Amino acid sequence: MELKGKELAAQLLRLADTDVDRCIQCGRCSASCPMGDKMDLLPSRMVWELINGRGEDIMAAKSPWVCLSCMACQQRCPKGVSPCAIMEAARLLHIRQQGGNRLTAEELERYPEDMPQQALVAAFRKYNK
Amino acid sequence: MIYNYYPGCTLSTKAQKLDRAARRAAEALGFPLVELPEWQCCGAVYPMAPDAIAERLSAVRALAAAKAKGGVLVTLCSACHHVLKRVNHDMATKPEIAAKVNAYLQLEEPYQGETQVLHYLEVLRDHIGWGNLAKQVKNPLKGRLVGGYYGCMLLRPGQVMTMDDPERPRILEDFLKALGATPVEYGMRNECCAGYLAVTQKDLCQRMVGEIKGNAAGCGAQELITACPLCAYNLVANAEANTIPVAYFTELLAEALGVAEGGAE
Repeated sequence: MELKGKELAAQLLRLADTDVDRCIQCGRCSASCPMGDKMDLLPSRMVWELINGRGEDIMAAKSPWVCLSCMACQQRCPKGVSPCAIMEAARLLHIRQQGGNRLTAEELERYPEDMPQQALVAAFRKYNK
Repeated sequence: MIYNYYPGCTLSTKAQKLDRAARRAAEALGFPLVELPEWQCCGAVYPMAPDAIAERLSAVRALAAAKAKGGVLVTLCSACHHVLKRVNHDMATKPEIAAKVNAYLQLEEPYQGETQVLHYLEVLRDHIGWGNLAKQVKNPLKGRLVGGYYGCMLLRPGQVMTMDDPERPRILEDFLKALGATPVEYGMRNECCAGYLAVTQKDLCQRMVGEIKGNAAGCGAQELITACPLCAYNLVANAEANTIPVAYFTELLAEALGVAEGGAE
């Protein structure tokens, strides 16, 4: 069953566990994001959507798949909000669904041999369940 | 004090240089690392969602094992350090998470974040001291212009990692000074290398690495050091040819202390 409207927003908020109502929309998170120019929905917009009780645009966005979880947005937020936790919530709602995995184990074979385990474990944690 | 040591998956394989140099240097400095038996991979990324309980278990197993052996756990890899410190913080400050983790693990005594997680650099700074480290340097790295690359995971979120000022860090610079090198500060030293995008979107890693190394070189750095195997990989594999070399900070430490692999000692 696909969540919609307020239920979807509530589920994203539960997983993100961050107080979006503290946001003042200053945009510092989006300005700090090293992947901002590759994002269709900037970190500050992600927060704005949840403030307004919406989750559909967040779930349709490509941004969570270029988010690095580098926590620059969270660190530089003057109000202690964590946009990267919303990115994580969106990823989890996608990959926890049956068939939601983004990587296959077979793909491992084409990765360079010197690629550290840390990269593979991290990517499989972020893109798969 | 027992310095229990959690090497993590990558230091046992692809990043052995980071591990071996650290162990030799720790011996030389009088704080031998005691590897925890039966440690498991920390998971490489901190599970941000509060309902991600299973993802926290391997970190808590290591933390609880260290608690039983004196209560200190040292790590080297930025990712392990990040995951262990943040999960430890959860166990101490988030009762709902701690209750669920303890219900799974059924330890003799519930774990509540008692272990002190230390990065190797924190041991050098807070237990050995930069002055003492400098005194033990046999081969000062004179004239070497080295940029410390922090990346994202060592420092952020600052309130939990409590390692250094997340925007004005100096632990790597102080470390380099103690070794006799000249630290080079550059603006992007605490920006992310693009991390796990190496697996899915190499082009974005190449862009980030190009910017970071360009910034470091532009500020005068002739080499870079890092504590993170993934940063080390990206900074080389996703860099243009003939850009400045990258080493683990422990390699420079072992070199300065005269205990480098294949060295005189």
